[in-house]
Amino acid sequence: MTVTFPHKTLPWLLVAPQLLVTLVFFLWPAGQAIEQAFYQEDAFGLSREFVAFENFIELLQDPYYYNSIGVTLVFSMAVAVSGLSIALVLATMADRIIRGQMVYQTLLIWPYAVAPALAGVLWWILFDPAQGPIALWLEYMGIEWDHFVNGGDAMVLVVIAATWKQISYNFLFFLAGLQAIPRSLIEAAAIDGAGPVRRFWDIVFPLLSPTAFFLLVMNIVYAFFETFGVIDATTAGGPGQSTKILVYKVYEDGFVGLDLGGSAAQSVILMMIVGLMTVVQFRFIERRVQY
Amino acid sequence: MIENRPWLTFISHSVLILGIIAVALPIWVAIVASTHPAEAFGQGSVPLWFGNYATETWQTVLFSAAGNGVDVPVWKMMFNSLVMAIAIAFGKIAISLISAYAIVFFRFPFRSLCFWLIFMTLMLPVEVRILPTYEVVAKLNLLNSYTGLALPLIASATATFLFRQAFMAMPGELVEAARMDGAGPVRFFFDILLPLTRTNIAALFVILFIYGWNQYLWPLLITTDDAYYTLVMSIKRMVSVADGAIEWNSIMATTILAMLPPVAVVIGMQKMFVKGLVDSEK
Repeated sequence: MTVTFPHKTLPWLLVAPQLLVTLVFFLWPAGQAIEQAFYQEDAFGLSREFVAFENFIELLQDPYYYNSIGVTLVFSMAVAVSGLSIALVLATMADRIIRGQMVYQTLLIWPYAVAPALAGVLWWILFDPAQGPIALWLEYMGIEWDHFVNGGDAMVLVVIAATWKQISYNFLFFLAGLQAIPRSLIEAAAIDGAGPVRRFWDIVFPLLSPTAFFLLVMNIVYAFFETFGVIDATTAGGPGQSTKILVYKVYEDGFVGLDLGGSAAQSVILMMIVGLMTVVQFRFIERRVQY
Repeated sequence: MIENRPWLTFISHSVLILGIIAVALPIWVAIVASTHPAEAFGQGSVPLWFGNYATETWQTVLFSAAGNGVDVPVWKMMFNSLVMAIAIAFGKIAISLISAYAIVFFRFPFRSLCFWLIFMTLMLPVEVRILPTYEVVAKLNLLNSYTGLALPLIASATATFLFRQAFMAMPGELVEAARMDGAGPVRFFFDILLPLTRTNIAALFVILFIYGWNQYLWPLLITTDDAYYTLVMSIKRMVSVADGAIEWNSIMATTILAMLPPVAVVIGMQKMFVKGLVDSEK
């Protein structure tokens, strides 16, 4: 774009609202979090002292923090892997179908619109140890289920709820990716005698890998930062520490535990993680455009 | 279709139908649960077929009180959610449109600094800076208000990028022609740019409406007054009552009502939704 309007004040007026909101509600609090991370404050906010990196050192010596990192990794990998594989199967099947594809798509994508917290509550009632139909069925099959007591069960529950909501997103992108593969390639392979399974693994799957990688990053971002509601509404990080993902720990240490310095130090670490993920995302998207 | 393989087509349909059933299962149970009285829960299995208590549950939840410690009716919270969702969607679109306009069609000092500042918001989701943001909003006296619910969330790097992209794709001759005809920057914006970006705006609106409606953590933090509860966050308050006292029928009715508007938007405006989703991830 080379043609512009010559004007001195108007552009400032136009960017002002966005900049103001950004400065007041994003950059200012972020700066405060960074500052706070180097201070220790008593629970009443009456006094505080500069402690340099002590909050970070404390955090890195805290077994609960490592536990939380582990929980986050397990949770996000489980959500990403199950969400991607289920969506890929469904999208591959839907891609084969010519009549009625739209109907299937409609019936599969609506969970995208359900808030994570609601997804959590919906699956909770199905798995409720006292009365949930699935929990009772599991018990009937000889598998004991109680996500209020057993940490593994709690993890499975939040993974299912978080994945359920994300399948629609993955499905849409996989389907678009599949439809972008040139028909002639597949036809050529078919003429050469490759069956549907062979065609999938040798042609479709490699061509789909950029989409899959993009979705992997997006799913991990989702599991890290957008699943707060699923956890808060169902397990609240429990039982014990078994579903306390990093984002939940920041919230709990800050709001419930009132450990302001520790919570701020965690915020700073999370900001670095988001920054890193954003870089990965953008690097990758440049590649996708080329492709 | 490359070749005709009836058995494969059959498998495809079966897998998809199974998928749809699995995806819809929670909704089925939720709808059924809302047709039973609260006493039907906690003993044996959650009912899997309809009861005859539907009118009572839905009437109470919608018009008198959502129950489980939430004293406002659902219609009131629905109104709050609607205000919040629409304010966020409109706000984000409006301020992103004009800031992208400034960045693309004007040259001014610190232009790229502005762009990078806006870009930074991408790296700062509410979840990672909860406490300080809460403090800022408390200092500004915005707790328990519609402004507090919407304003802090309306900065949007994604929307700004999207509009910037769309503006940059426009031919420079368009601006030249407009200026030749004597149109100033304001006239150009309203008469030429806005009509040309209409579909982008509509697609983005669908995504942002869902985003705004589904906000959870933010309203949970800043509303303590029932009168400002949004529907999605009220669920947390409802399931937090003592275990034995949970009225599952009203929780399920509230859950269904809370997901209805965004789900209706996705299904009713599917084309726009898909376009918005793909656009906003670029």
